[in-house]
Amino acid sequence: MKALSISNLKKTYKNGFEALKGIDLEVEAGDFFALLGPNGAGKSTAIGIISSLVTASSGSVSIFGHDLVKERERAKSCIGLVPQEINFNQFDTVQGIVLNQAGYYGMPSKLALERTELCLKQMDLWDKRNTISRRLSGGMKRRVMIARAMVHAPKLLILDEPTAGVDIEIRRSMWKLMKEVNQQGTTIILTTHYLEEAESLCRNIAIIDQGKIVENSDMASLLARLNVDHFMLDLAEPLAAAPALEGCHVERISDKVLDVSVPKAIGLNQLFSQLTANNIKVLSLKNKSNRLEQLFMDLIDSKLPQKIPSPPGRGLG
Amino acid sequence: MNNTIALKTIVKKEVTRFLRIWPQTLLPPAITTALYFLIFGKLIGNRIGTISGATYMDYIVPGIILMSVISHSYSNVVSSFYSTKFQRNIEELLVAPVPNWVILSGYVSGGICRGLLVGVVVALISMLFADIVVLHPAITIAVAILTATLFSLAGFINAVLAESFDDISIIPNFVLTPLSYLGGVFYSVDMLPGVWQTLIMGNPIMYMINAFRYGMIEVTDVDIQLALMMIVGFIVLLAGFSLVMLHKGTGIKN
Repeated sequence: MKALSISNLKKTYKNGFEALKGIDLEVEAGDFFALLGPNGAGKSTAIGIISSLVTASSGSVSIFGHDLVKERERAKSCIGLVPQEINFNQFDTVQGIVLNQAGYYGMPSKLALERTELCLKQMDLWDKRNTISRRLSGGMKRRVMIARAMVHAPKLLILDEPTAGVDIEIRRSMWKLMKEVNQQGTTIILTTHYLEEAESLCRNIAIIDQGKIVENSDMASLLARLNVDHFMLDLAEPLAAAPALEGCHVERISDKVLDVSVPKAIGLNQLFSQLTANNIKVLSLKNKSNRLEQLFMDLIDSKLPQKIPSPPGRGLG
Repeated sequence: MNNTIALKTIVKKEVTRFLRIWPQTLLPPAITTALYFLIFGKLIGNRIGTISGATYMDYIVPGIILMSVISHSYSNVVSSFYSTKFQRNIEELLVAPVPNWVILSGYVSGGICRGLLVGVVVALISMLFADIVVLHPAITIAVAILTATLFSLAGFINAVLAESFDDISIIPNFVLTPLSYLGGVFYSVDMLPGVWQTLIMGNPIMYMINAFRYGMIEVTDVDIQLALMMIVGFIVLLAGFSLVMLHKGTGIKN
């Protein structure tokens, strides 16, 4: 069952800007899917169309088999949206915001109260239920939006940069929560600029750039394409200059720190053999950059030399 | 999908909103109209005499009540829906499976509730200055509800098309207020000189005020059936226009 099916979706704004140039995308039910792209790539427009906030110029969208135009209400019932920016009434109480949303989805009041309590407790906001929302911290406001999006138990939850601007502690607690929600069967589509977030949470990924999908694959296959790893080496003894290591690019960051790029073909064993041969003792090493970030930049810059075929059943934009 | 629950939710939210800020929504009309009744009704009115057999105070009461209904039903919807748009919480409704007619009915119902409540407040204030009579309750209530509906719809259209807070004050200040004051609240058409008697017949608010006045004290300058048909006609027209705008996403969607 496809949670989301997009076919030849195009959007041209009134000012002539072509935000989407005919994208095709499918997301399986139960998936944790990352939709990535640089600013202005078209991902917010795509999410806007899926969640009925933006009108498509052409193409079709169906949610769990319900066409967004022909079966509008059924399709919309399946979706919960956590938008990028705070968009609730900041003069309402936390409970009022979530209860109203339950009402918009036609939920009877008893059930709405139960679901609101459940979602607010899940978000650790139950104690704040009578607080006027503008008095909440930024992280709490984001959690209110998640509780609001989940109150009608949507089958597809769209999270548009849900952790933007929140501290690392809240971000990690939100990751835990998103994983739990996904494990309970909710399909999640996540957009984020924190690529570490996408790498650790998502099983499948699409990258959108200049209105086109430039990559659509599972996370493991995508990461397997990275043929160079970057490491920071902490040395036991200071070095006056960067050593020459065959096949590797070495940069001396400080007396005791080296930045080494190691092609997968060489590998760590050969790297350490060369280091030993040069009488360089390594105390520790760490992966310098997020792997997905590296791939993302390569794809956006069109530097990746070749593409591997996408798994069957996944459309390419 | 239970549209009734969605509609109730919007209406409850709207009514709660204007009741919560009652010093801004209910208190000012009470004070303003008390001043109208005191100055125009008691102080000046006693020197004017009667109009069509009614004392001047009795004559102006219906007009002042309906003028309050008009301005408050309009301002409730225009300010509430524009704020919803401005704060982007309209997205809560657009994402949810709420049909356009439910969104429109919800906001218009909120406007009707405030318009009628203000009308009741003003009527209660007027009882301090005059003996209120309602000779045709059905017509009085029907005209009040229909007028509140019409101006709630007008407020909704204004809010949808508005792009700034200036845009939501232009119509009330430069169109509604002059038309209300020139709509026969304080005078009869017969009292106007020559050409003005003809010109005023083009003011739709004049028909509403006269129909309402007929319901209360059986005094009117216009045909009641024509007035009622005109209000209903405008309601159908504005409701249709509002639904088309919502369908197209005018002012609320990209």
